[in-house]
Amino acid sequence: MNTANFLSHCPIPLQQYPHVLMAHGGGGRLMHQLIEKMLLPTFGTEPDWQHDAARLELPHGRMAFTTDSYVVSPLFFPGGDIGAMAVYGTVNDLSMAGAKPLYLSLSFILEEGLPMETLWAVVQSIQIAAATVGVNIVTGDTKVVERGKGDGIYINTSGVGVIDHPWRICPKSVQPGDVILLSGDIGRHGIAIMAQREGLAFETTLESDLAPLTEAVQALLAAGIEIHCLRDLTRGGLATALNEIAIATQLELSLQEQSIPVCEAVQGACEILGLDPLYIANEGRFIAFVPRTQGDAALQILRDFSPTQGDLTAQQIGVVQNYTQSNHFGISQGFVKLHHAIGGARILDYLSGEQLPRIC
Amino acid sequence: MKYVDEYRNAEAVRHYAKAIAQLITCPWTIMEICGGQTHTIVKYGLDDLLPPEITLIHGPGCPVCVTPAEIIDQAIALATLPNVILCSFGDMLRVPGSPEQGDLLSVKAMGGDVRILYSPLDALKIAQANPDKEVVFFAVGFETTAPATAMTIYQAAQQNLQNFSLLVSHVRVPPAMEAILSSPDCQVQGFLAAGHVCTVMGYREYEAIAARYHIPIIVTGFEPVDILQGLYHCIRQLEAGESKVENHYARSVRQQGNETAQSLLQKVFEIVPQTWRGIGEIPASGLKLKPEFAAFDALHKGLLPKAIAPTPVVPNECISGLILQGIRKPQTCPAFGTRCTPNHPLGAPMVSSEGACAAYYRYRQMPTAAVS
Repeated sequence: MNTANFLSHCPIPLQQYPHVLMAHGGGGRLMHQLIEKMLLPTFGTEPDWQHDAARLELPHGRMAFTTDSYVVSPLFFPGGDIGAMAVYGTVNDLSMAGAKPLYLSLSFILEEGLPMETLWAVVQSIQIAAATVGVNIVTGDTKVVERGKGDGIYINTSGVGVIDHPWRICPKSVQPGDVILLSGDIGRHGIAIMAQREGLAFETTLESDLAPLTEAVQALLAAGIEIHCLRDLTRGGLATALNEIAIATQLELSLQEQSIPVCEAVQGACEILGLDPLYIANEGRFIAFVPRTQGDAALQILRDFSPTQGDLTAQQIGVVQNYTQSNHFGISQGFVKLHHAIGGARILDYLSGEQLPRIC
Repeated sequence: MKYVDEYRNAEAVRHYAKAIAQLITCPWTIMEICGGQTHTIVKYGLDDLLPPEITLIHGPGCPVCVTPAEIIDQAIALATLPNVILCSFGDMLRVPGSPEQGDLLSVKAMGGDVRILYSPLDALKIAQANPDKEVVFFAVGFETTAPATAMTIYQAAQQNLQNFSLLVSHVRVPPAMEAILSSPDCQVQGFLAAGHVCTVMGYREYEAIAARYHIPIIVTGFEPVDILQGLYHCIRQLEAGESKVENHYARSVRQQGNETAQSLLQKVFEIVPQTWRGIGEIPASGLKLKPEFAAFDALHKGLLPKAIAPTPVVPNECISGLILQGIRKPQTCPAFGTRCTPNHPLGAPMVSSEGACAAYYRYRQMPTAAVS
């Protein structure tokens, strides 16, 4: 696919239909107009689009399959929008299995009254993102819900990718002695979104870190790195991803706090808002668990692909250790321990509920 | 980050820890008043860096923890009313009211209009934008947040806003310090005073307390270096037999405090007795709207159909009163970490991000970090 075919103007006659109507999801003429004028010309006119299911040509061997739904508000934010997120988010989930993304499905749940131009902008963004990572959108669906019963646009994408490497990339493969690498600085997406939301008189030039992770992962594999586990740092941020892996592996993940890169703008916002950057969502960062002997080589590759440089580039943030003690409550489980530069250490736990802004 | 990194500097922390170890000759028990200070101590493991002679006890300076259950019940009742928008600081939302009453997050999930604000002034904008609704701000906090509440009421009065009111539960620190010092169980020999409260109120009031109870009071900030600096000067006074107020948060605090904020407080609020959750009533420890501002008092306005009865002091096995007075440590409570967790709190100190129990639960689940 290429982006040269883009229409600059919304292909739906806006004077006639400036907003999405219930009928755009109703199966009749308006729905077909939406599919034929907006979606097919954008995503490709293969006959499969108009059937109930797409036929896929798949290579032999292992495949990866994933799905995710996107409900971000606002729909457009600094550094991205819900459309690009719906593509990169699912592509990144495939990448975390070391898979090369091939095909995506695309389902819209639209709210009645949504400006047609907004939908068009999101559709265009989806196509640019898909073209950027070389993935084909092969099937889709559109539903419209009554005004007030949605939040503009919800998107679900599912993705299929091919696993073209011999490793078993999952928490169970993590070994004591592995090093933990982080692909860049954390917290940009969550803070950029928060700054846009109503009720926060808070200005920042921060942009979301939304980005596809496929290239960096494929480069690690191409270099022969024996990747044990990968995890992108979306909801719940770095701390949540680490906890998930610590608990799945029953191992101790031992981190050095000063090695975790956080830019000044994110640090400042977190200080003011009473939040912890370790729990803030990212859309273009991941952690990799690799054997200690390949740590330096893997880190260099991550740095080559890191959008941030200097102190904020990819870092080794910790190591995996055996763990034989039980916790305060007598339960033997994996955990994440964060060592401070000043000599103390603390447990980095799951959040209980949402991060709530503090009183003072 | 400027003004933060310097105060988290590892070398400066080690320098103060060493100086304290060289200075100390006998056991001392010191209370840090503010929950923010408690969290810094537990988060950075500062108590592990201190000599064993020092016992730190964690004071009642967590506004979420000390807000009485019946006031939370009132907030919950207000939030369930169809014509009310209840505005609150974020960490009040998860605090349980009386048993069976739930919390504000549950009310929100069931359709109550509950909004999280960073500044009470934002509540005025919400009131202006929703003239057909009553907007109630849940005004909680110490002398740090009270001036912002006072400014909000002052502006609401100027704008003659009819659909705005407050549910007030502001509390004052010095009477709580005196209550702790007058208790027969009191073990506190020195205080780290809460730097942000002193930024507003100054520390003249503390000089009388230091003299009356022969106790050193160190005005202290919230970063690791601040805490160790405060402890160092507190130990120095204790070892020398002194009992003075010293300001070691000079980058924020002046002796007279913020006089503009104080005069606004005096204009809007009067001092009243106040119930502290888990502790009981402390004379002159609360703030109430003056009669001329009663039109902005949600309860005075009669928004609630019936008065909500005060809750029995200890409705369950939560020992929050003993925790908040420093008589017991969180991990010595039999419910800690088993029947009482942040996901299922029996009492407020396990809820708030500044609560002592939540701090121990969050950072100290493992035996590898020694618990002092």
